[in-house]
Amino acid sequence: MAKGNTARKELAEPAKPRIAASGGAAVPDLDRLIHERMRLAIVSALAADPSHSLTFSELKSLLQTTDGNLSVHSRKLEEAGYVSCTKSFEGRVPKTEYRLTATGRKAFEKYIDHMEALVRAMRER
Amino acid sequence: MATVRPIRHDAVEEPVGLHSRAMDNLRFIRETMERAGAFTAVPGWGGCIIGATAIVAAILAAMQPDTQGWLITWLMEGMLAIGIGAVAVKFKAEASAQPVLSAPARRFALSFAPPLMVGALLTVVLYRAGLASAIPGTWLLLYGTGVVTGGAYSVRVVPMMGMCFMLVGGVALFCPLPVANILLGAGFGCLHLVFGFIIARRFGG
Repeated sequence: MAKGNTARKELAEPAKPRIAASGGAAVPDLDRLIHERMRLAIVSALAADPSHSLTFSELKSLLQTTDGNLSVHSRKLEEAGYVSCTKSFEGRVPKTEYRLTATGRKAFEKYIDHMEALVRAMRER
Repeated sequence: MATVRPIRHDAVEEPVGLHSRAMDNLRFIRETMERAGAFTAVPGWGGCIIGATAIVAAILAAMQPDTQGWLITWLMEGMLAIGIGAVAVKFKAEASAQPVLSAPARRFALSFAPPLMVGALLTVVLYRAGLASAIPGTWLLLYGTGVVTGGAYSVRVVPMMGMCFMLVGGVALFCPLPVANILLGAGFGCLHLVFGFIIARRFGG
């Protein structure tokens, strides 16, 4: 519950531009939910082809991670509404598919904008 | 009572550190997207067009009076297919906002090109040796090999397509030229049409 609240709080807080300690260039706040490496990798992989979802095993092999790690981080993204998860059966084998939601795409694009703004701001110094 | 505002350490890091970290993050995003982009690198609709032209080529080649005419027809089809493939890759890369020479595309090209070059050399050797009936099987086998090795970095359907080419090629290798020509049409035509359609529908065009 607490985790879900944290994620929502992070989501609810709009990214405000902040003045860097040195140089005076604007450095925006980051979306902490996406900023974490594994979650960033999940969102990036899903953003590569919006028309196609990725299964749990495809993501696992693509990101070279463990079941537990992928499960924990994808759950956080799901709770925040960044990814949608569909569970089904292929014969008798359970299949979990992930897809980036519109909110997730928006947050991802915003994150990239923030990163680019950061790079630009430092270059302009 | 004064308000206590916690200092957020992460926000006051060295600017150089922030800059390099941002660069590193952007690089990480691009690499992850490129790896996942292997799912979309092979053009499905382009494959369908190549399949359609290959069927026409098989019909035209079968109508040729001699082996030379047959070979020229297929060589022209080969050049046309390379052109269609190149344009389709470019269109698909642009449609998915990926660079044409992304890492997965480069990996695919590096694995795909050597068997094709070997095929070109063997064509000359086999034709000179009067073994034209072995050419269709050789082409299908080597093209299939290129697709399997290049597709090792892609979705399962791509290496599966390569295996089908190899299977048809293996059969064509032991058939006389008229039958091998039909198999060549079935391979480059039908397999491209079927798998191209699957790739286009499931993997973004």
